[in-house]
Amino acid sequence: MASAPRSEALPARRIASDHEGFLRHARFRWLKIGLAACFIALLGYVAADVQPRPYGGSWYGYTLGTIGALLIVWLALLGIRKRAMTPGRWSLKAWTSAHVYLGLALIVIATLHTGFQFGWNVHTLAYALMMLVILSGIYGAVVYATLPAALSNNRDQLTLGEMIAGIRAIDRQLVDATQPLPQEFAQLVLGATGEEIFSRSLWRRLSGKYPDCATQMAIAGFHSASGAGDAAAGRVEALLIRRKGQLDRLRRHTRLKGLLEVWLYLHIPATIALLAALTAHIVSVFYYW
Amino acid sequence: MAELIRVAIVGSGPAGLSAAARAAALGLSHVLIEKADHLSNTIFKYQKGKHVMATPSQLVLRAELGFDAGKRETILGLWDRQIAEAAVTVRLNAEVASITGEKGNFTILLKDGGEIHAEAVILAIGTQGNPNLMRCPGGDRPHVQYQLDDPGEYIDEHITVIGSGDAGIENALGLAADPAQGNVVTILNRSADFARTKEANVQLLNEAAAAGRISLRLETTPAEVREGELVLDTRDGQETIRCDRIIARMGSNAPRAFVEACGIEFTSPEREAFPLLSPVFESSTPGIHVIGALAGYPLIKHCMNQGYDVIEFLNGNTALKPADEPILAAKFAALPGKRSVDDWLGRFGANIDIFRELSVLQLRELMLDGAVKSFAAGEVVFERNTPGSSLFALETGSVLVEVDRGDPSRTVAIGQGSIFGEVGLISGRRRGSTIRAAEAIIVVELSRNAALKLIATSPGAARAVTRISIERQLLQIFGSGLTGEDVAELVESAEVQTMRAGEVVLAEGDEGTDIYIVRRGSMIVEKAIGGRQVFLSYLPAGSYVGEMALIDGGPRTATVKAAIKSEVIRLPGDAFARLLQRKPELLGKARTDMAARRDVNAFIESRKENFSGAVDMYSETAQFLVDNGIGEATDVLLIDETLCIGCDNCEKACADSHDGLSRLDREAGRTYAHIHVPTSCRHCEHPHCMADCPPDAIRRGPDGEVFIDDTCIGCGNCQRNCPYDVIRMDSVPPEKPSLLSWMFLGLGPGPGEPSKAWRKRNAKGAEQPKKAIKCDMCSGIDGGPACVRACPTGAAIRVSPEAFLSVARMEAQD
Ligand SMILES: Cc1cc2nc3c(=O)[nH]c(=O)nc-3n(C[C@H](O)[C@H](O)[C@H](O)COP(=O)(O)OP(=O)(O)OC[C@H]3O[C@@H](n4cnc5c(N)ncnc54)[C@H](O)[C@@H]3O)c2cc1C
Ligand code: HEM
Ligand code: SF4
Ligand code: SF4
Ligand code: SF4
Repeated sequence: MASAPRSEALPARRIASDHEGFLRHARFRWLKIGLAACFIALLGYVAADVQPRPYGGSWYGYTLGTIGALLIVWLALLGIRKRAMTPGRWSLKAWTSAHVYLGLALIVIATLHTGFQFGWNVHTLAYALMMLVILSGIYGAVVYATLPAALSNNRDQLTLGEMIAGIRAIDRQLVDATQPLPQEFAQLVLGATGEEIFSRSLWRRLSGKYPDCATQMAIAGFHSASGAGDAAAGRVEALLIRRKGQLDRLRRHTRLKGLLEVWLYLHIPATIALLAALTAHIVSVFYYW
Repeated sequence: MAELIRVAIVGSGPAGLSAAARAAALGLSHVLIEKADHLSNTIFKYQKGKHVMATPSQLVLRAELGFDAGKRETILGLWDRQIAEAAVTVRLNAEVASITGEKGNFTILLKDGGEIHAEAVILAIGTQGNPNLMRCPGGDRPHVQYQLDDPGEYIDEHITVIGSGDAGIENALGLAADPAQGNVVTILNRSADFARTKEANVQLLNEAAAAGRISLRLETTPAEVREGELVLDTRDGQETIRCDRIIARMGSNAPRAFVEACGIEFTSPEREAFPLLSPVFESSTPGIHVIGALAGYPLIKHCMNQGYDVIEFLNGNTALKPADEPILAAKFAALPGKRSVDDWLGRFGANIDIFRELSVLQLRELMLDGAVKSFAAGEVVFERNTPGSSLFALETGSVLVEVDRGDPSRTVAIGQGSIFGEVGLISGRRRGSTIRAAEAIIVVELSRNAALKLIATSPGAARAVTRISIERQLLQIFGSGLTGEDVAELVESAEVQTMRAGEVVLAEGDEGTDIYIVRRGSMIVEKAIGGRQVFLSYLPAGSYVGEMALIDGGPRTATVKAAIKSEVIRLPGDAFARLLQRKPELLGKARTDMAARRDVNAFIESRKENFSGAVDMYSETAQFLVDNGIGEATDVLLIDETLCIGCDNCEKACADSHDGLSRLDREAGRTYAHIHVPTSCRHCEHPHCMADCPPDAIRRGPDGEVFIDDTCIGCGNCQRNCPYDVIRMDSVPPEKPSLLSWMFLGLGPGPGEPSKAWRKRNAKGAEQPKKAIKCDMCSGIDGGPACVRACPTGAAIRVSPEAFLSVARMEAQD
């Protein structure tokens, strides 16, 4: 039926971007590398057979400790890599992929490094902080992999700005439509339009539950009254229901965005704390040597 | 006014002003006629404070008036003063309605009935035309305006915008943008749909209307304008609305009709055509001279120089060399032979076929846009597969085209006087073969725009380019072993057809054996399976269709329709069949192509049984992408919304690698099946943005990117012409503190585009002029597009349409 001109190799500078998410990047290259690292570390742990029992200060403990510490520093550098738009053939996706899988491998490497010796000291503090960072990271990787589709479905091609503008436009219509209504109704509408679109409560934003939503209360107020069949009130009620619909969409948007971001507020500060604890850990180890 | 003056100058733009000033300096009797109540209406209407640019910088200004880059107000002020000082006779508020008579005695009739008699006329009316006026009763009331300078100026008003073209919609959106202004904005559209409006604008308008920010009234026209109200004719009868201000944006009528009414011929019926002019700017009506934008010179400096020159010519100074002489001399200096500019121009005109019809003036202009180069024997002129859309013409010597990519020794010669490189020009695609100089050669290289202008202005050149391009395209597609003689019959009978987007070239089940080559644009191939149209494949320019029916007999097996406005070359089936008979190798090649094609059909059909959902999804996604401009794209940014976390790192990366301004809007744009097409340049094969750029600042770069260079004068034409709304006008923000000082010391606004507030606070000295900015595909940045590199999840990808709209993708997906 037809023939297309043969597609030819593109000039060297163009990197054909492959369509693979960060978890699958390069056919799970970093998953494989991470698993291999864990496996080797375990094998070494058994083979080294440190006596009387494995601990951080053995030669094998030092090896794992050095690897672990370097890994942590490298993992923390993602924060800079992400923001430094230097030229070159790197991709943040590859970095994220490596970050996730090597970060997970750190669980094995660092745990083996401890030789399962924990106590109430700066060493275990560093370990605990690391696990905190890793756990939050796992949460992050999971939401990155699962929530975007819902975010996309919910926004339905609208931008955040358009969502807000949409609500404001209804508010203006509400102002006009409320004119003929008595004071107590106007008060309900005013309550709804006066409420801040973005709640200040983190909990509400993340749970998506707004128990005393003024728009909802206004709808309820109108619902019980507009039974009388007042056309003007009915119109306002319809507008309020539309407002509620748009508000719900906006709130789902904030919720999903919140869930995608909130963990970073743990991941990053905990990383900084970890780097501090790690430094203390290393310094104290050498001090008592 | 029976007095006969020497020269009447119509239009007081830079061209007319400069002519009048020179006439005054020489003491010629003259009058400068201007329809507005002030001088230079086009520049007067630039937005307030616009930085006017003085390009091309190497061109010397030759005029009585001064002109340097600077603020609109400064320039207009200077001209007003200089015109007054030079005692130029000016007649304001005088719109010319007609020009009759002949050389030596013209009668210029003004709208208000006045008459002016002149021996010669200089038309310098620019290309802006007149806005269409409101014709209904009350249409002349003072609250009706035809322009909107600053939408932020109006508060708490009921404003009606009449006309839903791009200008009207943009005005309405601007007026309604800030709810705090409290305007009640209504926009009227005469019909029920928007035929010639940018899709993006229509979408914004519909969204604004749905959100209640703008009241959109379809099939509505104004019936009467009254104080404070407007009577409307609607489908359901008359209605009166409150209205404090009317912005009428009902388009403008181009000045061409008026110019033609003066008896002046244009070079062709095309929209891009200009009046036919002699080297002294004389039109086909002797005694009427045309200069400035109307003559095809849209830059202020050119306009002013021509104003000076045309008066010199009229005054008998025929030896005057145009002010561009030194530029041309510098251009030609590198050529062997040390000839004068006139000598070279003469040679080019005589030796190059497509230049034969050009006047010296046209040739001069063409050479200003073009480049001349010489190559030694064996040197490569261009390589296969490099992007490039310039056209080459051979002044001396011949070149060899490497027709076989496997074997560089197989070549075809192109001789002196002929052209090459036309395929890229017509299809917008990469070079198809490598070309080397066979001996020492001299070539003229014309940029895409210059070549298009040439084709629009010279019918002979257009015919020659079409014929040569058809022949070459045939040879290139059907390839090895064919010669010009083999395809001569086909070339003779070939016919170029223009297809609207969606127009069917071949319908499944039809009889017919004609073959079609996609010359420009692209096609989609569909097949009805189980009662539904299923997308089979996407055909870029350079593909051919229709051979199955010819070779195998039987009806067409699939429907082929234009994805976007396209051109196809129709080759009669019988002539093609004769060629196949003569050339068995060609038949073999066609059969191989067909087999690949059949595999796809079979694959889709087999899938349909098991995965009808997947096939439907694939078809619909393909259609969605074509609707969003991927059909004319060469490289487009897509975002997989199953991966996008909305971090906007892509935008920040774009800003940080481009002067702090992002060239992409991630959130805006359409989405289907989680594939999001953000507002970002598609690097169209035939970029709409290039159409009307006065300094030709928009070009295609070495990697196929469409980019804007720094000769941009900020006129905003490209922004209006891009149907995907990806160009914006902005000025370079001040330098930011480094990333580390932001991270550790909290200095500066951090990664990404700095906020307006920060920019204001940190502006040093005068604000930078606003220029057009758009995606340049990170041209020149090692590693490629920053948006893709900076996406942490792999959601952002850049694709070419052929690669993305292929069945392979569907195979990969399941
Ligand atoms: C927004 C914008 C920004 C631009 N920025 C730049 C820039 O920075 N630098 C640059 O070099 N170029 C710029 N240009 C291009 C430049 O302004 C024009 O090409 C130039 O003004 C053309 O000059 P002209 O004398 O040929 O015609 P115009 O300047 O268009 O003047 C024509 C005059 O004729 C009058 N007229 C028309 N018809 C009649 C009639 N029938 N009777 C009497 N009078 C009539 C008009 O009122 C007008 O005053 C810009 C263009 C635009 C639209
Ligand atoms: C000790 C180990 C780790 C350290 C020190 C660390 C540190 C960091 C830092 C500094 C960032 C940059 C955040 C920002 O600036 O926005 C980051 C991002 C991230 N981390 Fe970790 N991390 C660790 C382990 C992990 C693990 C185990 C996972 C997942 C299983 C993970 C998943 C992520 C993800 C998904 C991001 C976001 C990437 C982005 O949005 O650009 N991290 N981490
Ligand atoms: S900017 Fe030009 S090339 Fe890019 S999408 Fe718009 S018209 Fe096409
Ligand atoms: S790039 Fe755009 S804004 Fe700049 S001069 Fe060209 S058309 Fe005008
Ligand atoms: S960088 Fe990637 S994930 Fe972030 S907004 Fe852009 S496309 Fe989405």
